[in-house]
Amino acid sequence: MNELALALTVFVACAVEAVEALTIVLAAGLTREWRSTFQGMAAALVVLAIVVAALGPALTLIPISALRLVIGALLAIFGLMWLRKAILRATGHKALHDEASAYLREVAAAKAAERQSRRGVNDWYAFTLAFKGVLLEGLEVVFIVLTFGINQGSIWVAVIGAAAAVIVIAGVGIAARAPLARVPENAMKFSVGIMLTSFGTFWGAEGAGVHWPGSDAALLGLIPAVALVSLGYTVLLRRGSAGSAAVGDPAAAPAAEPAQPSGKPVG
Amino acid sequence: MKWLRSFWDFWYDFVVGDDWRGAVTVVAALIVTAVLVHVAHVNAWWLLPLSIFAALGWSLRRATATRP
Repeated sequence: MNELALALTVFVACAVEAVEALTIVLAAGLTREWRSTFQGMAAALVVLAIVVAALGPALTLIPISALRLVIGALLAIFGLMWLRKAILRATGHKALHDEASAYLREVAAAKAAERQSRRGVNDWYAFTLAFKGVLLEGLEVVFIVLTFGINQGSIWVAVIGAAAAVIVIAGVGIAARAPLARVPENAMKFSVGIMLTSFGTFWGAEGAGVHWPGSDAALLGLIPAVALVSLGYTVLLRRGSAGSAAVGDPAAAPAAEPAQPSGKPVG
Repeated sequence: MKWLRSFWDFWYDFVVGDDWRGAVTVVAALIVTAVLVHVAHVNAWWLLPLSIFAALGWSLRRATATRP
C-alpha cells in the first residue's frame, strides 16, 4: 500500500470516529459548560497519549509475524463489525446513525442531569460525557493508527492522516457549532470496513505463515473481493426485504438511530 | 467487582462487538490456517478470506432473521 492510500484509509476511518466524538462534545459544551467539557476532553487526550506512549514502543518490539497475526485478527474482527453494521443500516435492518438525532438525545440527557462539582471540576456530568466520548472514539483512532502505521512501517503517515481528520472535523464542527449530520457516515463506515477486513485478512494470514500469491499485489485482488462480497450481501438483503425502503447506495437507510445517552457511541 | 465488570464489558464490546461468532470464526480460521501451513505444509491463503465471507453472511442472516 502506498503512503497516500495509507493516509486516506486512516483519514476516513478517523473522520468517522471524530464526527461521533464531536457530537458528544458539542452536546456537553453547548448545553452544560464548556470549561468542564474541555477538561473532560483534555483528560481523555492525556489517557490516549499514555496508551500511545505505552503501546507504540511495545508493539515495535514484538516480532513482525506475531504482530501481524494478532493485529490482523483484530483488524479483521473490527472490519467484520463495521461491514455488518453498514450493511444492516444500508438495507434498513438497522437504523442509520443520525448525528442530529444523537445530538438531540445527548442534549436532552444533559439538560436533565443535575449539576455536581467534584474533584475541581465545576460540572461533573459535562466532564464525564466529554471524557467518555473522546476516550471511546479516540481508542479506535489509536488502534487504527498504530496497527496500520506499524504494519506498513509508516507510523507518521498514519498519524498525519488521523490528525488531519480530527482537525478537519473539529474545524468544521467549531464553524458550524452543530453536529455534522450531513457526513455520509454509513458509506464511510462501509468503505473503512472493506479496508479493515482486507488488510486484517492479509496481515492475519501472513502472520499465520501464509505466502500470498503475488505477495503484496494480492491486496489488489483481496480488496475488490471483499467489496464485491459485501455489496453482494447488501443486494441480497435488499431483495429479501423488498417492500421496506429500497435504497440506492450503502449510505442510505430510512430511519434514524437514537443515541445512547451515556456518552457511549453507537457507531 | 463492579469496576472489573465494567472494564470487561468495555473491552468485550470494543473488540468483539455485537456478534461474537465473527470473532470466533476469525480466530478459528487463523488457527486452522497456521496448522495447515506449518504442519500439513499447505499454503492455505484462501481459508481466511472464505471464512470471513462466510462469517459475514452468517452474521447478517442471523441479524435479519431475528429483526422484523
